[in-house]
Amino acid sequence: MNPIFKHGPSAQHRLVIVLMLSGLLVFFDHKMASFEGVRGYLQSVVSPLQYIANTPKQMTIWAAENLVTRKTLMEDNQALKANELLLKEQLIELEIVKQENERLRSLLASPLRSEHKKMVAEILSVDSDPYSHQIVINRGANDGVYEGQPVLDENGIVGQILHVGTTTSRVILITDLSHAVPVRVMRNGTRLIASGAGRVERLSHTHVSHSADIQSGDLLVTSGLGGKYPEGYPVSTVILVRKDESRPFAQVLSKPVADIDKLRYLLLLWPSKPSSMFAPKPQTRPIQEKNNASQ
Amino acid sequence: MLANNGIIILFSLLIALVASIMPMPLKVDAFRPDWVLIVLLYWSLALPNRVSVLTAWVMGLLLDVLLGSVLGVHAAAMAISVYISAVNFQKIRNFSVWQQSLIVGVIAALYHLLVFWMQRMLTDIVFLPSYLYPVVTAMVIWPWVFLLLRKVRRHFKIS
Repeated sequence: MNPIFKHGPSAQHRLVIVLMLSGLLVFFDHKMASFEGVRGYLQSVVSPLQYIANTPKQMTIWAAENLVTRKTLMEDNQALKANELLLKEQLIELEIVKQENERLRSLLASPLRSEHKKMVAEILSVDSDPYSHQIVINRGANDGVYEGQPVLDENGIVGQILHVGTTTSRVILITDLSHAVPVRVMRNGTRLIASGAGRVERLSHTHVSHSADIQSGDLLVTSGLGGKYPEGYPVSTVILVRKDESRPFAQVLSKPVADIDKLRYLLLLWPSKPSSMFAPKPQTRPIQEKNNASQ
Repeated sequence: MLANNGIIILFSLLIALVASIMPMPLKVDAFRPDWVLIVLLYWSLALPNRVSVLTAWVMGLLLDVLLGSVLGVHAAAMAISVYISAVNFQKIRNFSVWQQSLIVGVIAALYHLLVFWMQRMLTDIVFLPSYLYPVVTAMVIWPWVFLLLRKVRRHFKIS
């Protein structure tokens, strides 16, 4: 404890060493992507901090859920019951359509769609860095989460898994600047790329020709072309189409259907095989197995 | 670092890390001050022989992992910002708290611009004025953090 006689290297030397180290880290992490394993490990190391940071929110949610009046509970219960009735009716209809679809698909000799394995995850913390859109969820390698796995909420696609830790993992949202989803217009099948714009309520579409048939209000669903996202899940609705002939491409903007800034519960999907229509055709399986898969 | 109640320094830094990742409503989130930077600045002014560039770099690296940015971005920005205060600690110490909060504002602005420039080189983000809102909160919050941490330092006789 004597500031006059210092030990070790001077502050300047330390700064230079540390800056060189950061430069190396940036290079290896960003350019070479060789730190995936290390990142997963670091993610597991800091997960206690994330759980601690999440407790105040968890407690307020707990309090809000426990301190409700009997009247609101009964009202909720009634609304849910009515809702359940409607959903059940739709489910019966869906079962019939599913069976019919399967029969038609087997007639056409196209690959059958099997059920995806699903798991519910909860958000632990929202990234506070304004430059990237990421969230942390409470599922990790212990639950079988893998990198690149699609993440949904009840409305549509939210993002995909970026780094996997032991008990937590990091999700990159579709609105992140470095993220893009292959989509198609539900109405007519026009293919587009939906790239993030760094804003929660906006996705942009580049290289759309002026002749493309897109109107504002069109629903965009995943096309399954990238092989990451399963086909047919809603992504966004078109909010603006500007066809200015002096520009090389039409300007198309859309709004994600998932409430990216109000997420709480998410759904993780395990697509059982390459979900694209254009993926290599799987080997034909015996009839028994098909029946098992449909149940 | 852990001698003479140095564990308290570590504890304050951990609390700052937790505060900087705590989930908040989106409107408030834009104004979240850089807790880690503010706490590091206090310790680097009070005990520059114990907390300086290396500690700042490690905390920045932890912040990189917690925020999911490219490893080394926050670490480098944090090291540079704390280096400035650690080298000039004798001058800055003599200022009044309000003048110090101006200096903290300048350092926080530098920190944010450094992070922005590095991210800009790596991905094509665009600048929004809202990225600098935390600078204002950092300036407002500095006197209170300063008084609190000074009290903590005197109470635990950290030297």
